[in-house]
Amino acid sequence: MIEGATWRRWVFFYVPLTSFVVLLLFPFYWMVITTLRPDRELYRPWNSVNYNPFWTWHPTLSHIRDLLTQTLFTTWLMNTMIIALSATAISLFCGLLGGYALSRLQFRFAGLLGTAIFITYLVPQTLLFIPLADIIRNFHLGDSRWALILTYPTFLIPFCTWLMMGYFKSIPKELEECARIDGAARWKAMVYIIFPIAIPGILSAGIFAFTLSWNEFLYALVFLSSPGEKTVPVGVTSELIRGDVFYWGELMAGALLGSIPVAFVYSFFVEHYVASVTGSVKG
Amino acid sequence: MAEVVLQNLNKNFDDVYAVKDVNLSIRDKEFMVLVGPSGCGKTTTLRMVAGLESISSGRILIDTKVINDLSPMDRDIAMVFQNYALYPHMSVYDNMAFGLKMRKLARTEIGRRVQEAAEILGIETLLGRKPRQLSGGQRQRVALGRAIVRHPQVFLFDEPLSNLDAKLRVQMRVELKKLHDRLGTTAIYVTHDQVEAMTLGDRVVVMKDGLVQQVGEPLELYNEPANRFVAGFLGSPAMNFATVAVRDNAGALWAEDDGIRIRVPGQIAGRLGRYCDQQVTMGIRPEDLHVAGADDPAGLTFDAAVEVVEKLGSEILLDVAVGNHTMVASVEPDVRINVRDRLRLALNPERLHFFDAASEAVI
Repeated sequence: MIEGATWRRWVFFYVPLTSFVVLLLFPFYWMVITTLRPDRELYRPWNSVNYNPFWTWHPTLSHIRDLLTQTLFTTWLMNTMIIALSATAISLFCGLLGGYALSRLQFRFAGLLGTAIFITYLVPQTLLFIPLADIIRNFHLGDSRWALILTYPTFLIPFCTWLMMGYFKSIPKELEECARIDGAARWKAMVYIIFPIAIPGILSAGIFAFTLSWNEFLYALVFLSSPGEKTVPVGVTSELIRGDVFYWGELMAGALLGSIPVAFVYSFFVEHYVASVTGSVKG
Repeated sequence: MAEVVLQNLNKNFDDVYAVKDVNLSIRDKEFMVLVGPSGCGKTTTLRMVAGLESISSGRILIDTKVINDLSPMDRDIAMVFQNYALYPHMSVYDNMAFGLKMRKLARTEIGRRVQEAAEILGIETLLGRKPRQLSGGQRQRVALGRAIVRHPQVFLFDEPLSNLDAKLRVQMRVELKKLHDRLGTTAIYVTHDQVEAMTLGDRVVVMKDGLVQQVGEPLELYNEPANRFVAGFLGSPAMNFATVAVRDNAGALWAEDDGIRIRVPGQIAGRLGRYCDQQVTMGIRPEDLHVAGADDPAGLTFDAAVEVVEKLGSEILLDVAVGNHTMVASVEPDVRINVRDRLRLALNPERLHFFDAASEAVI
């Protein structure tokens, strides 16, 4: 018997929601299961006895151990961390100052400059890597982390500037005007008033920039070659696939451990997100 | 001596001529109110005094010193904004202390001044709170406190009461007046509310379209408006206007129109003489109309049909149709009247105003 509201709730809400969540989380589940699954279960054909793709009764940490001891994974982790943090710092610094200038200072080409910065963001990396490769070669930066620290800002700075610009525009200009009357020079008003209020925006931009740098694949693949310089995405895919042999266990372990820092950054900073800036102005 | 003088002040935005040749002299310790409708240039004028807008031409002097080229922080002014502009990430104490910290005052001196201002405004218990934990009225007090601790030469107020609810507005108005009496600092106050202008100002400047319409004490502007705009702007309900023709009839001047035939009183007749057989605008305030009695001369009365009766308790407002005009009359609360009644209204001849139909200047 169709009971009206209940079946509607199920058909239009619970079922789609559940299938959506399952679809999204399934790759992570598969990643965890494969990491913990022993080799003899990983390379078993589908029609063998006791074939169970979704669960393992013999979990093992051997893949994780092999990953950490027999590959350069820890080096890759450190490389990726250093590169991501440096690129984020540079881009945030430029994005903050650029966003402030474009949103607050009235100079003749402000609008044009803002559009130009945004347009550079639209040029795809898959095209941009070609001229960048030439530049990297000319400056002898190839196969070093500086190649990435200096090229990641090409797509991080436009993004950060654009984000900060939008955020600064939402801060009422009366706050700065008041600070200027109170006795703060423009840069002091910027540092003491605007930046503290903009912390949620700065955190958002920083988190996104960090994530983009961490996950970046193409430039890291093109500009880095020696195993000791590689980042996690490139190292895991190039060193753990030898010919046509896929070391699935170590691959998944690498993917799992490689996603932990980003997940950590997200949860930590979201928890410490500064509360909304209500109370400063009316409405 | 903190007198503020504006000399031939002009402000041009790209295609908008916002402030046109404003000349104003604000005395030391005076509370000067700039009032006018939106877009009249009052806020722009205030911002030029503050240094937040550049001056297109003209000079501003504070204490006989030209301040055109001084930055806002060097002008020794303090400003209270319409939307309070409190720093949301700082406590009330830090908000009030910020300006003093920027000027590198000693910590003890800062503490003393903040405490003093907090006591004047009654916010001593709120010093540790953040702005988001305060009500509207409390935030406005903090904004005032922030201005007071600076001990400036001039206070600038940009519609500070607009964002408060009606009851709080009345309360804060009284507090502002008391504050000014106590502190005695020169103040320039911008508002679009004519009630605030009338109650707060020592003198009032009415502005429209960038031009100063009239400057004077509130009652002077109310009783002797210089033009039709000032007459219609101050006072609520607004003055009633009617376009009438001036006719000479048996040696006396009459103002005539559909439904109205008023004998022009002697003292105005002299000035109205040259408008004979021309159209002028007649103005009479609602409170200067009353229900005609036996001893009201016929030449000062007219018939009216009541359309709306608004009983306020302290008075009754009657929306009446007079010929093809509509007028508002304010009568005693004990008058018994109903909609669609016809009655005869009389006007107070000493409170009659006439304005030139073309220039709108008072005759």
